[in-house]
Amino acid sequence: MLIRLLRAYARPYAREIGIVVVLVVIQSIGNLYLPNLNADIINNGVAKGDLTYIWRTGAVMLGITLVLGVIAVGGVYWASLASMGVGRDLRGAVFGSVQDFSAREMNRFGTPSLITRNTNDVQQIQLFLQIALTMMVSAPIMAVGGVIMALREDVQLSAVLVVVIPALAAIVAFMFVSAVPLFRSLQVKIDRINQVLREQIMGVRVIRAFIRAGYEDRRFEQANYDLTSTALRVNRIFVIAFPAVLAVMNLTTVAILWFGGHLVDSGQMPIGNMTAFLQYILQILMSLMMAIALVILVPRAEASSARLQEVVTATPSIEEPADTVQPSQLTGVVELRNVTFGYPGGEKPVLHNVDFRLPPGQTTAIIGGTGSGKTTLLNLIPRFFDVSEGGLLVDGVDVRKQSLEHLWGRLGIVPQRAYLFSGTVATNLRFGNEGATDEELWHALGVAQARDFVEAMAGGLAAPIDQGGTNVSGGQRQRLAIARALVKRPGIYLFDDCFSALDAGTDARLRAALRADTRDATVLIVAQRVSTIMHADRIIVLDEGRVEGIGTHAELMATCEPYREIVDSQLGEAAVA
Amino acid sequence: MGMGGPPPAKIHDAGRTLRQLLGRLRPELPLIAIVVLLGTGSVVLSVIGPKIIGNATNVIFDGIVGKMLPAGLTKEQAIALLQAHGKGQIAQMVSGMNVTPGVGIDFTALGQILLLAVAVYLFASVLMWAQGYLMAGVAQRTVYAMRRDVEAKLSRLPLKYFDSHPHGDVLSRVTNDVDNISTTLQQGLSQIVTSVLTVVGVLAMMLWISWLLALIALVTVPLSVVVTLLIARRSQRQFAAQWKWTGSLNGHVEEMHTGHALVQAFGRRARAREIFDEHNQKLYEASFRAQFLSGIIQPAIQFLANLNYVAIAVIGGYRVATGTMTLGDVQAFIQYSRQFTMPIMQIAGQMNLLQSGLASAERVFELLDAEEESSDVDTGARLGDVTGEVALEHVNFRYEPDKPLIDDFNLQVLPGQTVAIVGPTGAGKTTIVNLLMRFYDIDSGRIRVDKVNTAEIPRDEVRRAFGMVLQDTWLFAGTIRDNIAYGKEGATEEEVVAAAQAAHVDSFVRTLQKGYDTVLDEDASDLSSGQRQLLTIARAFLADPGILILDEATSNVDTRTEVLIQKAMAQLRRGRTSFVIAHRLSTIRNADTIVVMDGGKIVEQGSHAELLRREGFYYRLYNSQFTEAWSAEGNGQAPAAASHAPARA
Repeated sequence: MLIRLLRAYARPYAREIGIVVVLVVIQSIGNLYLPNLNADIINNGVAKGDLTYIWRTGAVMLGITLVLGVIAVGGVYWASLASMGVGRDLRGAVFGSVQDFSAREMNRFGTPSLITRNTNDVQQIQLFLQIALTMMVSAPIMAVGGVIMALREDVQLSAVLVVVIPALAAIVAFMFVSAVPLFRSLQVKIDRINQVLREQIMGVRVIRAFIRAGYEDRRFEQANYDLTSTALRVNRIFVIAFPAVLAVMNLTTVAILWFGGHLVDSGQMPIGNMTAFLQYILQILMSLMMAIALVILVPRAEASSARLQEVVTATPSIEEPADTVQPSQLTGVVELRNVTFGYPGGEKPVLHNVDFRLPPGQTTAIIGGTGSGKTTLLNLIPRFFDVSEGGLLVDGVDVRKQSLEHLWGRLGIVPQRAYLFSGTVATNLRFGNEGATDEELWHALGVAQARDFVEAMAGGLAAPIDQGGTNVSGGQRQRLAIARALVKRPGIYLFDDCFSALDAGTDARLRAALRADTRDATVLIVAQRVSTIMHADRIIVLDEGRVEGIGTHAELMATCEPYREIVDSQLGEAAVA
Repeated sequence: MGMGGPPPAKIHDAGRTLRQLLGRLRPELPLIAIVVLLGTGSVVLSVIGPKIIGNATNVIFDGIVGKMLPAGLTKEQAIALLQAHGKGQIAQMVSGMNVTPGVGIDFTALGQILLLAVAVYLFASVLMWAQGYLMAGVAQRTVYAMRRDVEAKLSRLPLKYFDSHPHGDVLSRVTNDVDNISTTLQQGLSQIVTSVLTVVGVLAMMLWISWLLALIALVTVPLSVVVTLLIARRSQRQFAAQWKWTGSLNGHVEEMHTGHALVQAFGRRARAREIFDEHNQKLYEASFRAQFLSGIIQPAIQFLANLNYVAIAVIGGYRVATGTMTLGDVQAFIQYSRQFTMPIMQIAGQMNLLQSGLASAERVFELLDAEEESSDVDTGARLGDVTGEVALEHVNFRYEPDKPLIDDFNLQVLPGQTVAIVGPTGAGKTTIVNLLMRFYDIDSGRIRVDKVNTAEIPRDEVRRAFGMVLQDTWLFAGTIRDNIAYGKEGATEEEVVAAAQAAHVDSFVRTLQKGYDTVLDEDASDLSSGQRQLLTIARAFLADPGILILDEATSNVDTRTEVLIQKAMAQLRRGRTSFVIAHRLSTIRNADTIVVMDGGKIVEQGSHAELLRREGFYYRLYNSQFTEAWSAEGNGQAPAAASHAPARA
């Protein structure tokens, strides 16, 4: 998964990565050459008392060191370019992919998870790539190079490696096999304890009201104990690694001195070579140790790349056809032809054989309880979901044949949860119509019964709006969302229960103004409150996904039992506030 | 290296926090002493190691040189011989060595030295492991206790604390901060000791071997530190910029994702992408600079280390050649100088870790030191079987001392009566709940339940008398059964089912595949808000309290479920004194007393008829909010005064 992701996203940086690899190879060779020179100093300089040789070789070493430093900085430069570039591209890919998501994919992933993926997971990949490029590349080169150089110094002495490398590999394998699964289980336990604490904080009133502090203590105690014992095991395994590797390294040194001593004594090897050999061995071991540290990073990067891949490769359930059909005439007619809709995996369809036609210039209302399928029905029109059976036509053309941008351009949607974007009142109102004049904005505000409070806000149209619109009240938010749709001047309006936070008076005035302002448009209103919709041209009663009646308030009161039930339940016991 | 964490949090009083943290470590002090001892031991042994290895090299080199010299001579004679042959250079070197001319490597001596080295190194590793093993215990036990105390503290904090601190902040203290302390204790403390000891030990050995070479090595150390600091300061600035851009990018992403459908339907995808790309590019630039700058620290240090290596190799070689130093010492020195820079770098990293750990500790201690609920007064009085008589007498209460809220409030409720609390949104209707349940203590006056002053019995005893169904339906991650059983300690299966039946939720639960064993996820998102409400009602049924507190709000609940909820609530209220935060006309009109609230204060109280007659706030509220629905009923029940009722938003 990690490899696949990197292969795709690192490709544009092949040049940078190539440069890094070349630089790291040069750097590793240089680093391997230094002990060789040091051996020369001992063999040819020290042992022969040749001081000028010592100084001369020293100068060469210094020169190499300087070059190596410059090369290393270059390596970091190109590695950073590549890894941060991959990060940037991944973020762009994730965002782009999500932009094309339909409501189904949004629900599946959820906003918080998408944000974590776009930041933390991308960061994991960046970090992994950066370290891989700067260190991981050099580890095998140093290890292999070290072995070659060691063999060059002395083949017999290199036999030590036959013992040392498997020993080290065993340590690495042990760490990997025992620590990695524990790390995973540790994360689960941390999540669990955080969950318990979160519940205790959110539910503090209930816990105290039911006097269940003792129960909560026991629940927490269990989680705390679990977490602590796992953490203890992880850490106790972890503290073995460093001493063990250190012991292997040091014992190797001792072994080389012992066997090397014999070789030197019998004249088979100059002493300088033994010193160099020691340094090569240490270098090999160091690179292996680095590899251990890096191997720990792999599972995390793996997990992150899987989570990223999931988003990037998710195909939106709603896609545009290759050849879109442009409606020949923008009639504004919305037609549902025997529509049945079920969520994937859902047992029962949410909508059954819904069939009606919304003509322009009329206000149609849909009423029904939660779960009756009102909002679902409304969401089919902008193709947030696709019908399972039947057809849905806007302007006489099936929505599945239209270009999405065109379709959306025809609609003015006011969702149930009024959401405003950070910016000003004006930027929010112009959301669907960048070119709207201030007069148009004020007009829309007037219709939406929002003029008074916007005028009262410091700055008027330029008054700041916080993310989500949290700095205005729920009712104000709904009215601004309505105004936003009005500014767009679409042919078809979809109001999804967006009058619920308004008091009855405002609700009535708004509907009156709206009626005048949307005279030629097709208007569909979804509502729970009877008073909101009883004056509509037509009312569609929806119950458990079926149309139970279509007609005016008076007609339905006379003929439609479910409608009468709703009216009774609400107006018989009218709700306050 | 690394991505750089968030900008380090500021610590207000590091000394105090450190003292507090050490105070928490007190039970572990004997073990910590052992950890330090073990650490010292392992450092001393690791520091001695290279010197022993150096001695072994010397034995080998002595043997080589000895073999080259004619046998039978003393060392002095050999030196004289070399000088006579014009080999003054080698003579000088030999004079500094322990050579017996004609004799090769002394393998007995070499064997002994190497065995010693093996013992020293193995012992050092064992000590190091033991140190880490013990420290893991110390750290985990300390954090375990800290978590336990924090959790216990949560149940002793007054409600006021939760209401006045953002939940996210409290949560972050008890989770992220405690985790951070755990990391600091595990990795930071013992390593800092080891690092400092290593630096001291290595320095001592280097000075002992050769003060000249030590001086050279020491020059590169401050150089490394200065280089590191210089680069780190610049990269820190870039890391800060990186965090800033990450934040703004996240803000944009969050907003665009939350308003996803709107962005699509209003044709804003291209613009959203443009803004994203701008932020993304800035983030890329900042993180590239941060990564590059912090990345060159390592090569820079490596370069200095190599410089050092070359200097030691050259000068050491010169000195061996001139007989003023042994080859083994040079070799040992090279090893020491390599051991020297690493702990210094580590100390820098550990200081950062320690700083962020202390910042976290400070935040946790702030929570642990927060003022607790006043301790329970217990006069021994008990409520027993509650009849449900409630009396509020001359009650005064304010959330903030300078904001008058409830002054001299009196209310007499007889067993079985219903009190409706009404008022516009945000009128402070939950204040009454807070006082009845003793979530907050009244400033003066008395609240009596069955003639017992609730201030004079333990809080739990008061709460036992009440059952509560709030609009904020709190369910926890667990089975439906556990969530209902929450109402009563040790509830049986039959009781749970009976409660569910009474709350009209049993049949729904049985439609679920796993029935009562269905596990709710954390936000119970698989249930509708109406179903959640029914579960909390079942919980209250199970608790079977003498007095009820109900929040009637049923927004977002479909009509059918609403009917169920109403039925269940009505059934629950039967025969019990109830305080209802009321939203339905029927409840309000039938209530024995209506308490009208506005702006946090109680503005009126009385029966429906009394309040209407008074033509005050309730009268206006009632008219403005019910008129439309009223007239819609079309049966002419609208109050005559409706026409001149002032509109209220």
